[in-house]
Amino acid sequence: MVFLYPLANLYVGAFYDRLGADPVEQVIHFTGMGALNCLLISLLVSPLAKLFKLSSLLHFRRMIGLYAFAYALCHILNFLFFEVQFDLVLFVEEIFKRPYITVGMTAFSILTALAFTSTSKIRQKMKKHWKKLHNFTYLIALLAVIHFYWSVKSDVTEPLIYFALYCVLMTLRYDSLRRWSQRFRSR
Amino acid sequence: MLIKRSKTSDLKEHQVTDEKLYLERRQYLKKMGFLGVGSLLSGSTVANVFDLFDDDSKTDVFKQRDLNYQIAKASTEILTPETKVTTHNNFYEFGAQKNQPAELSQGFKVDPWQLKISGEVEKPFTLDYDDLFSSFDLEERIYRLRCVEAWSMVIPWVGFSLADLVKKAKITSKAKYLAFETLYDPKQMIGQRNRRLGGGISYPYIEGLRIDEALNPLALMSVGLYGKTLPPQNGSPIRLVVPWKYGFKSIKSVVGIKFLEKEPPTTWNILAPHEYGFYANVNPKVDHPRWSQRSERRITTGGIFAQNRINTLPFNGYGEEVAGLYSGMNLRKYY
Repeated sequence: MVFLYPLANLYVGAFYDRLGADPVEQVIHFTGMGALNCLLISLLVSPLAKLFKLSSLLHFRRMIGLYAFAYALCHILNFLFFEVQFDLVLFVEEIFKRPYITVGMTAFSILTALAFTSTSKIRQKMKKHWKKLHNFTYLIALLAVIHFYWSVKSDVTEPLIYFALYCVLMTLRYDSLRRWSQRFRSR
Repeated sequence: MLIKRSKTSDLKEHQVTDEKLYLERRQYLKKMGFLGVGSLLSGSTVANVFDLFDDDSKTDVFKQRDLNYQIAKASTEILTPETKVTTHNNFYEFGAQKNQPAELSQGFKVDPWQLKISGEVEKPFTLDYDDLFSSFDLEERIYRLRCVEAWSMVIPWVGFSLADLVKKAKITSKAKYLAFETLYDPKQMIGQRNRRLGGGISYPYIEGLRIDEALNPLALMSVGLYGKTLPPQNGSPIRLVVPWKYGFKSIKSVVGIKFLEKEPPTTWNILAPHEYGFYANVNPKVDHPRWSQRSERRITTGGIFAQNRINTLPFNGYGEEVAGLYSGMNLRKYY
């Protein structure tokens, strides 16, 4: 609920033209930042669980991840509906022609795969492959930060802060990342 | 005997919020917000961690006054509502987000003002605040404004021809270009003293035109919009409007116009030369490296469902008047 309220609030405002002069820009930025925030929060869960020895926290990861997906989906649909206004040719062209959109779309494609394989049933079926697939979260978050950095017009302070947060979150799982990469190399 | 009976709804002295606490309530809210997941939970429309630090001490609204001018012929185009024209601004001197200039500029002092005309001229002169409105005939002109970010508006400006000002200056044969400069006053312009708010561009903001562009009858020095003097966020007290070029060429709050022999370095061109050229003529055939310039969103009334995407026209639809200025030039090279 905490994650959905801002989203509902946003669309009500956008519909009634209460979002400043250009509601389109507002909804696109808001949903994009929402997705990025959710992604980073989802990466914060396991370090927190480890720190406080609260494994129950881990149950929230799926939900937060799915909210990240929901925000990202809204972000893209907003771009399609309100920015390019169903000009599908322009939409596809922009995805391939603009590197920062290509990066963002790549992140979204992987995130979609994670969202669709997030149910417990599929998780059981996929066994150890599931973990491998869902480790791509790290890549998604990195791509999302790059997408943000690239899209900014002049002042890059804010994207750099997000990049720093990402680095901190990755440092927190340095050990498991190293083990992971070793297993990769030893094969 | 006076019997004082208290109702249950009456407040007791100890229940009253301490005045000091009451007055500082926003500070407390901010501090609490910072500890929480502020950026996500706040009902604010922009997910921005920094909103928490923003100053909410709003000054009174800037006072605009009515102008005397010759009214424009009726336009077939739908005007962008005044509230949108004055709340959706790129004026990084007052904050890099679109809503910030309207919020952070209301205390801007424009009287006294000095606009200095200098350089390759026989008669350098200065226009004081009152001169801006009395030296030339004011007329209304309804122009399309096309931002390089692919949105557009239709605005009824009030102003005078830049050509009239150039004539008054009596330029020398060496005058080939003009350099315009925005006021540099970090005390008044928060974006100039705070790099984050100012979008990381260098100040003062400089723009330029070729002399023949400046003499084109379309080039306007605007002192008002919607019949009143300009509000600060739109470039008060005087700004340039060159409707066939992307909006960033139309420099705001001008304090200097210098006539030069060589092309002046201009702010956005210095910052990102591959994205923003000196000419910056509206051209649907030359994309911005990060987005298409083929079409634009016209900002009119209504919410997200009422925005229209329309095709962008060469020279923003003013080709008949200005295309001749660039005949023989490769507009892909000189974008």
